[in-house]
This record gives sequence, structure tokens and C-alpha cells, in this order.
Amino acid sequence: MDDLVLKVVARVIIPFIQVYGLYVVLHGHLSPGGGFAGGVILAGGFILYALAYGRPALDSLLPDRLAALLESGGVLWYTGLGLVGLLTGSAFLANARAGFPLGVPGRLFSGGIVFLLNLGIGLKVAATISTLFRNLQEEE
Amino acid sequence: MVQNLEYIAAMLLYVTGLGIMLFHSNLIKKIIGMNIMETAVFLIFIAAGYVRGGQPPIALPGEPLLLPVNPLPQALILTGLVVSVSITAYALALLREIYRHFGTLDAAEIARRKGELT
Amino acid sequence: MKSVLIILLLVCLAALLVAVALDMPPLGEPSTPANASPLTRYVIANAVRDTGSPNRVAAVVADYRAYDTLGETTVLFTAVAAILALERGRKDEKSNG
Repeated sequence: MDDLVLKVVARVIIPFIQVYGLYVVLHGHLSPGGGFAGGVILAGGFILYALAYGRPALDSLLPDRLAALLESGGVLWYTGLGLVGLLTGSAFLANARAGFPLGVPGRLFSGGIVFLLNLGIGLKVAATISTLFRNLQEEE
Repeated sequence: MVQNLEYIAAMLLYVTGLGIMLFHSNLIKKIIGMNIMETAVFLIFIAAGYVRGGQPPIALPGEPLLLPVNPLPQALILTGLVVSVSITAYALALLREIYRHFGTLDAAEIARRKGELT
Repeated sequence: MKSVLIILLLVCLAALLVAVALDMPPLGEPSTPANASPLTRYVIANAVRDTGSPNRVAAVVADYRAYDTLGETTVLFTAVAAILALERGRKDEKSNG
């Protein structure tokens, strides 16, 4: 599987896919999208990279250990943000009551916990979907 | 003009998925049928929250939000989508193990070989 | 014989489900029970004040129902863990026997 057209086209469009995925993740509280959708778009970029350049290339870009770290880290980040609510004396996963600044609605850094949770979920889903792809792809 | 055309389409999609699951003995096709059934359920939920001529439920405090569609079913279905993806991925991984073990993905053939083994 | 039974079952189920669909509240009206419920009105009216997020869906997913989303990520995490366990188990089996 050594296709020049595929490689050149992938090299051109993968940066745009990744930037769009990051946009969907970071603007989850302002526009349609969110952590799950953006994470899947990010993972789509990784999958295209693996299909065009082969598994070893993806393994060096996103090693197994890094993917596992992102997956566990995403869940821990989520739970940790929830525990902040308990530490400040309000409910688990509380937003404004736990002291997260809501900011000005409409700005990028606003929305308190919504923005932070979307970020964690996006990275976790990107790592998860690419791990699923790697494990379901038959090894040559 | 029949009302609730979207609901009827979703119901027929559900029956189609069930038919695929019942008619085919290939396990991959059964998973595809299961996915079609899941899609039908998502379609029913999303259609229930639709408002004809509505706008997306996104607006800043100052902006007008006339006739927004219902955001709650969309948020609920997000959960369903993730569960659906997880189940499909795990089922496919199990199918690969089954194929390694039996050399076939046909449910009837697998049942026959299991009978031979015991 | 078996396929005749299956087709009969599917036709009966389809007739039942279509009858249910025809009996449901008219789709697309703002006055259906789902669209007119107090919960929907509350979320649409107060989401920006409560969470600072103009996107009501994100507000529901990551704030009002954040606990549910935690369970969702756990489901995804468990699926990956199970798939990796299948793969590792097969490799161990191969190396041992």
C-alpha cells in the first residue's frame, strides 16, 4: 500500500482535519459540536494518517503508552473536576457553585466546567477511537 | 398528507433492522442490523424534539431565540451514540476472536461445530 | 417455513408500530408534551445564566447531566479496556502454549 496520490492528499488535508477537530472541541460551548464530535474528528485525522502512511508511522506519532495515558487521564480529569465541587462544599460536578468562573458568555474561555470537561472528553475520545481502530485493524 | 411521517420512517427502519438480524446468519450482518435498529431509536428521539421551522438552541443572552428546537433529546441521544459505538466496537473485537477460533462467521455453522466439539 | 413466520412477525410488528406512530402527538409542533415541558422551557431560558454556555445542548451534556456524561466516558473506557484485554489475552495464550 504505497500510493503517492493518497500520501500527498493526506499530507495536505490532515492539518485541516486536526484544526477543525480542535475547533469543534474548543468551541463546544459556543457552537454545535462538543467533546465527543470533535474527538471523533481528531481521531479521523489519525486514522487517515495510519491508512496513508502505514501503522508504524502512527505508532511513532501516537504511541500506545500516550494513547493509554490520554484515555485514563481523560476519565481522571473528569472525575477530578467533579471532586473540586465536593472540596469546595457544593455538589459533585457543580459548576458556578464550585467556584469555576463563568466568564462572559460568548467568549472562548467561558462556561466554567463545560469548557474544561469538553477539552478532557475531546482528547480522551480521540485517543480511544484511534486505539479502537488500531486494535481492529488486522496486523499485517 | 400523513402526519408523523418521520416517526413512521423510524418505525419501518426499526423493523428493517430487526429483519436483517433475523434473516441473516452472518454475524457481521447481524451487527449491521443492530446498528440500523439503534439508528431508528435515535431518529425517533431526535424527531420528538424537532420543531418545524425552529432554530438551533444556541443564542447569547441578548440575541433573540424564537422557536428553538428541544435540546434535551439531542443531549440524551449523545449518550446513546457513545454506547452504540462502544457496543459495536466490542462486538467486532469478539467477532474477530470467534473467526480465529472457528474459521467462520456463520451463526448456524458455529452452532454445528460447537455441537461436534461437545 | 421459518422465513414465512419471520415475515409474519415483521409485518405484525410494523403494523403495530405504524399505528403507534400515527397515534403520537403531531411532530414538529411546539406544543407537544416533549417540547412544551417545563424542563425544556427552563433549560432554554436559564442555561446561559446557570452555565455561561450559549449552546444549550453542551450545557445539558456537560453541566446539568454531567454525571451521566461521566458514566458515558466510563462506558467508552470500559469498551476499550475489554478490547485490549481480549487482544492481550490472545497474545499471552500464543506465547504460553
